[in-house]
Amino acid sequence: MKLADAAASFLVFLARLITGAQGHWHGCPPKAEQRIYFANHQSHFDWVLLWAALPKDLRATTRPIAALDYWTASPLKHWITREVFNAVYVSRQRTDAEDPLEPLMQALRNGDSLLIFPEGTRGHGADPAQFKSGLYHLALEFPQVELIPAWISNVQRVMPKGEVIPVPLLCCVTFGAPISLQQGEAKAAFLQRARDAVMALRGVD
Amino acid sequence: MGVLRDLSVSQQLGLLFVALFGALTLATLVAFLVTLREGTESDVAKRESFGRDLRAVWVASILFWTAWAAGPLISTLLFGVVSFIALRELITLTHTRRADHRSLLLGFFVVLPTQYLLVGLRHFDLFSVFIPVYVFLAIAVVSAFGNDPRRFLERAATIQWGIMVCVYGISHAPALLLLELPGYAGRGAFLVLFLVAVVAIAQIVQESASRRLRRRPVARAISRSFSWRAWGLGVLSAGLLGGLLYWATPFKPIAALLMACVAGGCGTLGEFVMKALKRDAGVRNWGGQASVTGAVGLLDRIAPLCFAAPVFFHAVRWHFHL
Repeated sequence: MKLADAAASFLVFLARLITGAQGHWHGCPPKAEQRIYFANHQSHFDWVLLWAALPKDLRATTRPIAALDYWTASPLKHWITREVFNAVYVSRQRTDAEDPLEPLMQALRNGDSLLIFPEGTRGHGADPAQFKSGLYHLALEFPQVELIPAWISNVQRVMPKGEVIPVPLLCCVTFGAPISLQQGEAKAAFLQRARDAVMALRGVD
Repeated sequence: MGVLRDLSVSQQLGLLFVALFGALTLATLVAFLVTLREGTESDVAKRESFGRDLRAVWVASILFWTAWAAGPLISTLLFGVVSFIALRELITLTHTRRADHRSLLLGFFVVLPTQYLLVGLRHFDLFSVFIPVYVFLAIAVVSAFGNDPRRFLERAATIQWGIMVCVYGISHAPALLLLELPGYAGRGAFLVLFLVAVVAIAQIVQESASRRLRRRPVARAISRSFSWRAWGLGVLSAGLLGGLLYWATPFKPIAALLMACVAGGCGTLGEFVMKALKRDAGVRNWGGQASVTGAVGLLDRIAPLCFAAPVFFHAVRWHFHL
């Protein structure tokens, strides 16, 4: 076993120990198809949790998104995101020269699945913030990729903003039915529908 | 009983576990044979619930056996893990705020290990007062430093209560295993099994009595089945079983009977209290069915033990003037 695999197993074990990291599949079965999972974002712990809630063989092909400047700042951060999570790096600085979504599109062209948080930043309130347009552009470009909404519950209690050590509390990730971009659907309408699909999973048992 | 008394302690204990696992294997076999028969839907539901109960008994028996066989270090570690999972489940069900983060960390990562360390080292005096006195005050202080006055007492009390039940309560099970009584050295496992047996019988009798008697429930909003008569029958049966098992304990028959009554009564009341807590949290399912957050329902299973173990433990110490 390689060191990266061992680290991945350890992180999953840790996430399970602290939060249970239960995945509840309500709208679709966990299948190895090309997918974009999109979820609400409340804590730094979100992507570890979402990633740990996936079955092991899906984790290998499902890649989270990491901010380039933060996650390549130190060798350890860079190693974890590159080797363990196989993350897709996105630059937060806008330049005219390149499309910020280009790395994501590259990953999708390779046949990988993605985990994204369309709010762009961690939310404060009970409801998620309005979704950024990236999800719409990806859906437009890759109509064959399934878009799976997911709701992560309780995680803001595990590690609130500004805290370093997580408190052990049970969390679960509820995966809903896939949605897709309708013919000629406007951007704002689609993003609203996507956000509603995520929020509709909140009360699902 | 003469033959049994001639055996050494570890032989007696070995025999006890052989009997226990034999009975469990038999029950599992019978349950399996019954599933081969066709039945109505309610039959199937009943079998499924029985299957879950049986699985819980298996897990608990293996836990106790490992705890006894592996010695004090492993046994305190095992019960520590059980405590951790139970506390995690209980805190999930309650409403804490951001400002409680530090108090929760204190509870999970300082109080819990310290309490089990005290058990493992047999510091029973400090063990008895550590949580009720020191942690009781420390949690309130740390919570106040969280700088959030809203519902302060409620939140602090929630955390204190959780730690009291899930850490203090459960830690008395390994404490019983490690308690050195005069003329009863190394037989703590008998005491734990005595406790578990009488609590279990009180629960079973109360459950079936309330189904047969159909009395008016005392607190309908919390439990539709709890009635004083059913509870009394449960306590009585626990006492009877305790009296019959007196030879396995360091007590005289009457003392064993009374101890069993106390333990059985506390256990069933503990289950009742835990039902109130789950109702408040909006959790409907009971007995090992996974809930929304994926809680496996460990709390339901050990609630009686959380309440019975400390009362029983301190009754034993008081009885022997320790």
